[in-house]
Amino acid sequence: MEPLSWGAIFAGMFTQLIPVWVALIATFTLSIVYKRRLGLYGKLFDSTIGMIGFALVMFWVFVAIFGAMDLILTHDPLSQVSGMKNKGPGTPLRGAEEGDYAYYLLGGDNLARDIFSRVMSGATIVILIAPLATLFAYMVGITLGLPAGYYGGRFDTLLSFVANLVLAFPVILLFYLLVTPEIVNTGLPQYMAIVLFFFPLVFFAILIHTRLKQQPQKNVIWLCAFLIPLTIMYIVTINAPGTKIDVLGPVDFFDPAAGILVVFVSVVFVNSPTVFRIVRGLTLDIKQRDYVLAAQTRGEGAWYIMLWEILPNARGPLIVDFCLRIGYTTILLGTLGFFGLGLPPESPDWGSTINEGRKLLSIYLHPALPPALALLSLVLGLNLLADGLREESLRD
Amino acid sequence: MGLFILRRLGVMILTAICLTFIVFFLTNLHPNLEKLAKTQGEMRMSDEQVERWLANRGYDQPLPIKYGEWLGVWPSKIIETDDGRTYGRCLETDVSIEDTPRFCGVIQGDWGFSTVFRDEVSSIIATRLSLTGKLMFWVMVLMIPSALLIGVLAGMREGSRTDRSLSTLSIATTATPEYVSGVIFIAIFAASASPLNQWLASMDWIEGRTLFKGTATSAMESANFNNFFLPVLTISLYGMGYIARMTRASMAEVMTAQYIRTARLKGVSFPNIVVKHALRNALIAPFTVIMLQIPWLLNGVVIVETLFNYKGFGWVLVQAAGNNDIELLLGVSVVSVIVVLITQLISDIGYVYLNPRISVS
Repeated sequence: MEPLSWGAIFAGMFTQLIPVWVALIATFTLSIVYKRRLGLYGKLFDSTIGMIGFALVMFWVFVAIFGAMDLILTHDPLSQVSGMKNKGPGTPLRGAEEGDYAYYLLGGDNLARDIFSRVMSGATIVILIAPLATLFAYMVGITLGLPAGYYGGRFDTLLSFVANLVLAFPVILLFYLLVTPEIVNTGLPQYMAIVLFFFPLVFFAILIHTRLKQQPQKNVIWLCAFLIPLTIMYIVTINAPGTKIDVLGPVDFFDPAAGILVVFVSVVFVNSPTVFRIVRGLTLDIKQRDYVLAAQTRGEGAWYIMLWEILPNARGPLIVDFCLRIGYTTILLGTLGFFGLGLPPESPDWGSTINEGRKLLSIYLHPALPPALALLSLVLGLNLLADGLREESLRD
Repeated sequence: MGLFILRRLGVMILTAICLTFIVFFLTNLHPNLEKLAKTQGEMRMSDEQVERWLANRGYDQPLPIKYGEWLGVWPSKIIETDDGRTYGRCLETDVSIEDTPRFCGVIQGDWGFSTVFRDEVSSIIATRLSLTGKLMFWVMVLMIPSALLIGVLAGMREGSRTDRSLSTLSIATTATPEYVSGVIFIAIFAASASPLNQWLASMDWIEGRTLFKGTATSAMESANFNNFFLPVLTISLYGMGYIARMTRASMAEVMTAQYIRTARLKGVSFPNIVVKHALRNALIAPFTVIMLQIPWLLNGVVIVETLFNYKGFGWVLVQAAGNNDIELLLGVSVVSVIVVLITQLISDIGYVYLNPRISVS
């Protein structure tokens, strides 16, 4: 068989991505039709930049979802096919059997794996880790930043010092110190996970309790509904067989794939201090407002004021920063992959793939470019989305 | 002002001590020491031999004592092994044990010995830092003027088409991490397989097979446009967008000020307003941002030096961290922490100095 021409390659990718296009068109039609009822999200569809950003982000989200459901991938991202090493885009698969996709759409990499499938399944890893890690960083930052800004004093000085301490570290040095196999064997990342993953529990407990203190019955129901599943998740995530923290044994039903927990913890750890500083700054500003003084006069508790008066009023800048921070987390994940830290080397995440591809870059362009462009487009989408949100939230 | 600087210096020293202690703690965890022993001694050492190797070199002492020795506030221990050899931080080949000073840490100016490069840490850091300094100098030369230019052009007519396209451009550069832009640049300009280079070579417009060099190793000796432009461009691009956006915001704010409107109503020409009246006030905010970008550039330096194989400070960081070279890693962290903290200090002082509305008390 002849290799495909570039037109045929793009057509092939287009048909392979049909579920994504359908989902994208459905999302956009529904959102534009109902945009007046959708609040800030709906307003996003008034700005071109915001829409472009949203489209780019949702493209990768849908790729991640459908990729995990195996609707997009043409080949297994880990399996190697002999004779396909470093073959250019559109090369026909050697020895293709009935039911196999007949081409390597974007060529084969150094280990004869299909690049198209690797990039698409890399999206699943990135889309899974980056927003979740950012969310965790936000929980940590909010739970510590609110009281630091609200109370001030020694507590604030201490926490700010620690935050600046972490921020003064060069990120890559920190990664090297936390993610090397020797350190992972000591269980240090797991101990850090114990501390960092505890913050969401604290956050939700205080959030619910402060709101429903006056209605004990409802309070108990809501607390149970949130805290029991979260606690179970907390315990099984941290517990891992064959490491320092293994108390559950066979009951442990969930184990994150190799290296993911370590990568997750280090990314949360790097992001939290910045979130802390932002939340602290916003709290310092907002606590002077009249409605906070009114709540104080009513005799509301300090945590009620922080979580139900200050936090909702700080949401604008926080949402914008959240989008930007997901992009930054994606960059950090790529950095980890680029230095070969954390995730196993065969992992299809974009950073590792770029790292793999750059070694032969002067001869073969096709292994390194697709993951690089994928990462670029996702981060660009998140940045444009943040810009659109900022513009729209400033408008009123 | 003096008190302010003094207090900041105190915090700086405290931060540096805390950070180096954390690095010290992490590099001295037992699995790391074991790895060090095996790479420095012999790969197939038994556990017992590893322990003896570590004990002979003083690695088995309590952590605070080891840290104190490194810092130079605790007398360094001299160990005599069973086979009659002596080890100690302070020992040197041509100085007898009696004449050896008791303290030899960072405070005394002795930064220790690198186990990977088999050289004094201070001399390694000095040479590598000067190489990175060269890189950073050209990054600054390229980044700051172009970022300010983009920012001023975008901010002087807010909402215009120039503004929109330049703003989107700056967003795009902040969304491109160095390892992505570097790979793309190498693929386009420095790979012999790239269509651009093949075309240029077939037209005989370039010497050799590529427009630029994909490695900057030769730039350590003699940097020229051909081998140094891509790394410099890669680092500057990531920082450029952020500075440009800050400049744009600051410029746009200044352009709505009363005194600018007065000048326009008096009939001053637009270029004159921008250059003579607006620019000076608009450049206060970017100054702080530029200073605060320097620590971020350090990150980019590590990535770009690895990507382009330029053996500077960032490359040393990767080598030291990858091989658990404890004393070199500590030296590297001290230097980078000092860089971070000093730039913060300068940006604070500079901000106060440039902006008369803010006072420090």
